Amino acid sequence: MTDTAQDTPPAESRKRYRRVWGDATQSPWRLPKLDGTFRPVFMRNFLVWRKLAIPSLVGNIAEPLIWLVAFGYGMGALVGSVTLNGTAVPYLLFLASGSICMSAMNAASFEALYSAFSRMHVQKTWDGIMNAPVSLDNVVLAEMLWAAFKSLFTSTAIMLVMLALNISTSTHLLLAWPVLLLTGITFSCLALIFNALAKGYDFFTYYFTLFLTPMMFLSGVFFPLTQLPPWVASIAEALPLANAVALVRPLFMDQWPADAWMHVLILLGYAVVGFWLALALTRKRFAM
Amino acid sequence: MNDEQTADVMAPVSDVAPLLQCENLVKRFGDNTVVQDLSFAINPGECLGIIGPNGAGKTTTIRMCLGLTPPDAGHIGYTSVHGQALRMPQDALAIKSELGVVSQMDTLDPDFTCEENIWVYGSYFGLSSAELRMRTPGLLDFAVLSQKAKARPGELSGGMKRRLSLARALVNNPRLLVLDEPTTGLDPQARHLMWERLQQLLQVGKSILLTTHFMDEAERLCDRLLVIDHGRKLAEGTPRELIAQHIEPEVVEVYGPGAQQLITAPIRSRADRAELVGDTVFFYTHHAASLLLELARQPSLRTLHRPANLEDLFLKLTGRQIREGA
Repeated sequence: MTDTAQDTPPAESRKRYRRVWGDATQSPWRLPKLDGTFRPVFMRNFLVWRKLAIPSLVGNIAEPLIWLVAFGYGMGALVGSVTLNGTAVPYLLFLASGSICMSAMNAASFEALYSAFSRMHVQKTWDGIMNAPVSLDNVVLAEMLWAAFKSLFTSTAIMLVMLALNISTSTHLLLAWPVLLLTGITFSCLALIFNALAKGYDFFTYYFTLFLTPMMFLSGVFFPLTQLPPWVASIAEALPLANAVALVRPLFMDQWPADAWMHVLILLGYAVVGFWLALALTRKRFAM
Repeated sequence: MNDEQTADVMAPVSDVAPLLQCENLVKRFGDNTVVQDLSFAINPGECLGIIGPNGAGKTTTIRMCLGLTPPDAGHIGYTSVHGQALRMPQDALAIKSELGVVSQMDTLDPDFTCEENIWVYGSYFGLSSAELRMRTPGLLDFAVLSQKAKARPGELSGGMKRRLSLARALVNNPRLLVLDEPTTGLDPQARHLMWERLQQLLQVGKSILLTTHFMDEAERLCDRLLVIDHGRKLAEGTPRELIAQHIEPEVVEVYGPGAQQLITAPIRSRADRAELVGDTVFFYTHHAASLLLELARQPSLRTLHRPANLEDLFLKLTGRQIREGA
C-alpha cells in the first residue's frame, strides 16, 4: 500500500488560514501576529523534555539548593538576620526569597538561549516547522512560552523543597507563583533577543557574565539594595530581577509587597519590549 | 490569469490553471542580484525540475516559493484545492497547508523516533493525533521504514533520513511537493529508491517542484526542466526538446596520446562543433560515421561515441568552469 496519503481528505478542509495583508517586503518591526498555531510547537518541546525530565529536574534544582544550603546556613550563621523596612528577617528566608527569583531567571535564560539556539540554528528544527503552516512569529512565541514554562517548573520544584524545609509557609506563596511565571516570561523574552543575534554558543557567555551575573548581585538577592551606594541602588531598582525580588520577598515574609503594580508593570514592560525586539531581530535573521 | 506559460509550446497542453506560478521574480542580497526576472509555472500533476550550478539561485527561488524570503519584485501565485487564487507571501500559511517540503538539510527531530517525527510534524498542520496515528504506518511503509518506526534519526542511514523527511512531508497529503536537492549525498541504491518513490507520487497525481544538479535525476523524473544560472532562466522545456534544441544529437569523445591536437587538425571540420576539455576532445555532430572512420585510422586514440545527453546541454549552457564552493 503505497498511496495511503491519497486515501485521506486534504488537510485544508479542516483548517482555515487568514490572509496577511500588506506589502510583500514588510518591515521586521511590524507588530507580532500571533495565534493558536504556537501550541503544537510548544507541545513539541514539551514532548522532547518529557523524555529527559527527571535527569534535567535534578540538575535544575540541585544547583540553587546548594547555593541556598551553603549561603543560607553558612552565611546565615554569620549574618543572623537582615533588617528590611524595620523588620528583622532571618537570612535564610531573605536569601531563599531572592534566590528563587534568580533560579527563575537562570532557568528561563538557559532554555531561551542554549536550547532555543540548538533548535533554531543547529538542528534547524525551526526551519522544518516553518515549512508547515506555522509562522516565525508563532515559533518565537512558542519558544518564549516554553522557556517560561520550564522556568516555572524549576521555581515550583524549588518552592516545594523550601516548603518542605519549612523556610516559609505563608499562604501568600500562592501569589508568588504567578510572579515567578512573569519573571520567567520576562527573562525568556530578553534571552531571545540574544538568541536572535548569536552566531554560536560562545556568544551566550557574554550575556551571562556581562548581564545576568552583575544583575544577580545588584538585585538584592544576597544583600539588601540599601547596602549599595544610592546612585547604584537607583539604577539597580530598574533591573528586572530587582523588581521580581521586590515582589516575591514580601510574599515569602507573609506580607504584601509595596508598589506591587509598579513592579509588575516594569516586568511586563521588559517582557513586551523584549519580545518585540527579539521577534524583529529573529525576523531579520530569517529573512536572509 | 496569465496565459503566457500555458500558451508556451514547451508546456504540456492543458486548460487547467497552473498550480504554482512565478512571474518575473527578482531577489537581491545587498548589491548581489541572486534571482533576475525568473518566471515559470507548474501544472497539476507535473514534475518541474530546476537545474543549475551551485549558486545559480535554485535554493533562493525555492525559499521565495515557500514564503521564507520575500521577492524584491514579481508575483507568486498558487491555486488552492478549492480553486482560490492565493498569493505568496500573503497567503503563505494557506499555501503551505497544501505543500510538502523536503529541504536540502534534514530538519528531523533527533530526540524523536521516526513515528514521533511524523506525528509531531503532522500536528503543525492541525491534524488530530487520532488522524496521525492512522496515517503514520502507511507513510513509514511508503518510506520503507516500518522496521525503524521506533528508531531515532541518529540510527538511520542518509537514505533512510531522506525518506523519513519525505514521509514527514507527505503527512498533510500535499498537492505539491517541493524538494530541494532530494538525493544529494545519497548512494546509488538510496537514490534509485528515492526516484522510485517520487515516480509513484507522480503517478497518484502529485505535482513536484525539485532542484537538482544531477542530470540523470532531472532526465528520469522531470516532465519539464528549467535551466538557470546567475539567477536567470537560460532554457526551458522537456529534457528531450532541450537536448534537440541546443545540442547536436551525437557526441564523440576522444582521448589518449595526441588527442589534443585534433582540435586544430583538419578532422575538426567533420564535426559541427568541437571542444577541448582537459585532455579530452568533444566532437558534437549530426553524423558521426565519417568522423569515426577517420578516427579509427589512429589506433592510439580512444573514442567514445554516444548520444547527446542533458549533461552536454547543461555544460554548454552554464559553462565548464568550477564554481566557488563547488
